[in-house]
Amino acid sequence: MTQQSRTPLAAPGPGRRQVVGRLFGLGAAALAAPVLTACGGATAASDPKTVTFGSNGADATPKAAYAAVTEAFTAQSGLKVKTNTVDHDTFQKSITSYLQGTPDDVFTWFAGYRMQYFAKKGLCSPVDDVWEKIGDGFSEATKQLSRGADGTYYFVPLYTYPWAVFYRKSLFRERGYEVPRTWDQFVALAKRMKKDGLFPIASGYGGGDTWSVLGAFDYLNLRANGYDFHTSLMRGQVSFTDRRAARVLDLWRELTPYYQPSGGGRSWQDAAQTLLDKKSGMAVIGLFLGQQITDDAVRADIDFFPFPEVDPAHGQDTVEAPTDGFMLSRRPKNEEGAKKFLEFLGSARAEETYMRADPSNLAANEQAGTGSYNALQKKSAQLIESARHISQFADRDSDPGFVSTVLLPGLTEWLSHPDDGSATLKKIESQRSRFFTA
Amino acid sequence: MSAASSPSRLGRGDRLFLAAVIGLPLLALLVFVWLPALASIVLSFTTWDGIGLSGIHVTGIDNYRQIFTNYPPFWPAVWHNVLWLLFTALLPTPFGVFLAYQLDRKIRFTRVYQTAIFLPMVLSLAVVGFIWEIIYNPDTGLLNSLLSAAGSAHHIDWLGNPHLNLWAVLVASGWRHTGYIMILYLAGLRSFDPALKEAAALDGAGGRQTFFRIVLPALKPVNIIIVVVTVMESLRAFDIVYVLGGGTGSKPGMELLSLLITDNIIGESGHIGYGSALAVVLLLVSLAAIGTFLVQTFRKEDS
Repeated sequence: MTQQSRTPLAAPGPGRRQVVGRLFGLGAAALAAPVLTACGGATAASDPKTVTFGSNGADATPKAAYAAVTEAFTAQSGLKVKTNTVDHDTFQKSITSYLQGTPDDVFTWFAGYRMQYFAKKGLCSPVDDVWEKIGDGFSEATKQLSRGADGTYYFVPLYTYPWAVFYRKSLFRERGYEVPRTWDQFVALAKRMKKDGLFPIASGYGGGDTWSVLGAFDYLNLRANGYDFHTSLMRGQVSFTDRRAARVLDLWRELTPYYQPSGGGRSWQDAAQTLLDKKSGMAVIGLFLGQQITDDAVRADIDFFPFPEVDPAHGQDTVEAPTDGFMLSRRPKNEEGAKKFLEFLGSARAEETYMRADPSNLAANEQAGTGSYNALQKKSAQLIESARHISQFADRDSDPGFVSTVLLPGLTEWLSHPDDGSATLKKIESQRSRFFTA
Repeated sequence: MSAASSPSRLGRGDRLFLAAVIGLPLLALLVFVWLPALASIVLSFTTWDGIGLSGIHVTGIDNYRQIFTNYPPFWPAVWHNVLWLLFTALLPTPFGVFLAYQLDRKIRFTRVYQTAIFLPMVLSLAVVGFIWEIIYNPDTGLLNSLLSAAGSAHHIDWLGNPHLNLWAVLVASGWRHTGYIMILYLAGLRSFDPALKEAAALDGAGGRQTFFRIVLPALKPVNIIIVVVTVMESLRAFDIVYVLGGGTGSKPGMELLSLLITDNIIGESGHIGYGSALAVVLLLVSLAAIGTFLVQTFRKEDS
């Protein structure tokens, strides 16, 4: 194109300078936008009739369940709840910056070390006055879970679910398997299942599901070395090269030949499906396995037994039962309303409302009606009640960064070629001090 | 008109306008690129959990010492980045050039081939990751189904096996990279003067000779772009590994520097200082790789 032909074309339309100017204005607006919305967000929410609620329940079931709970609260108190739902993993990853920014008044979180960490850092507010009103509904163990290291309450629990070894009753009946109580019986049963052409233990820790191997790790440690050692190990107070930690991997190594192969590339859901399809014999998993079941006949056929005993000194005295609930942010915009909301969330009524929509959990409040529980829920409740100790889960009892960047890569790498594990433990130990100082 | 008088041609409004148009983007660049980069460098000499500025403690070169001497995933990650670069530079890149050269020869259905080969590039790497996740699934995936249909009893854990998963990811990323290189090179070939090729043919040059002696040297600007693109893609490789690794950070066998940075910085109890030190290492490596190359290329051009 020549210079001559270009000029007349440009003349009738907007001039070059005008176009650039407009683009420039757009750019400036785009740059300014986040600042403006940030200001808007801060002022709009200080309405005394509204409580903001940050929820990680983004899946259909928990989302519907939380919606039912907030509606019930609005009906009771006249306060509106503005729910801000974020995907579960994203919520977890951004929690630190979320809590330091302008968090919602009330937000979902987990009991245990994970809650205490933020309490210690002053990123949440104590809720002792809420507990004065709701305290009667909870067991001593649950109360303990809800307090920070300073003995103050920071957490209002909603539900809990146990980890155990799940199996199909009809499969055990057909093949004449018996529920094992001790470690030796457990390994013998796995051996027999393998001979029968089954995958003895369903295994799926691929992709983002590496956490699922921690169930077996925690239970082996709890059974072989007891709750106290497990807690100290997870809090970084004991060396990972300790003989007792090595024993956990030794025990685990007895079991790994019976794991379903290629677990490192499979999701936990796919592994769970093989259990439901009777291709796998057993699975070390949580009650949330129930979310995978669509057929009620299968649901009735699922059962579990507590993880077998290794050392008679510890028996089966600990149950791993992670607890989810709520916390109050550092500077809630509507503190009074938020506390009212927490009181409601800790009440039996809120629990019942929630459980009606999401039946694969157990209410933390003991006064909540258990009439609607199915057989698995009832058995789970018994299991938790009978426990001397309740552990949360490795990534909740420990520094989550340590678990996700050191412990999990170490354990999954080891699982792909389970040797004596001393190199793995040494690697893990070399990183411990970086996470657990002060 | 002399050069000296030309600034005076600009009126006051013009100058203000220019200052705004140049100054504000410059400011944005400073605030959004250089300031964070500098902050990273400063933070890399501290420990910080990301909560409150009072939590920043200066520790000198402690982070770097830790990373180089006592951080198990670090050296594997460096090696994987090098491997990524070598693989991409040696297989998908030449293959993309090869495809472009073939497609340039007016074969039938060339448009169809072009579209087919370029299609992966239209997808974001994250989507490519999801596609390959389905292919590599150990139970229902395409690859293992084909293998078992072919009578192999082996059950291969493509993404779970730490000795295999990096290669599986490299194939997936190469699949996309080939199309990218092809389209870049094809664009170059289209601007190539066919008379040169004819002249070479008249002089009796064969197909291979024509390509290596005539086409390749003539397309130098495109070659530079391709090398820079390949090096950059290899060093910043992140999304596809992140997706195929399940979106939780680095996994055994698939550690990359970029993933180690996010491992340490993003998350509940972040190690901002430590992650920043890793980021600085990656920044230096990238600057060294790209810088050397660009300096060399432009020096040759100047002389």
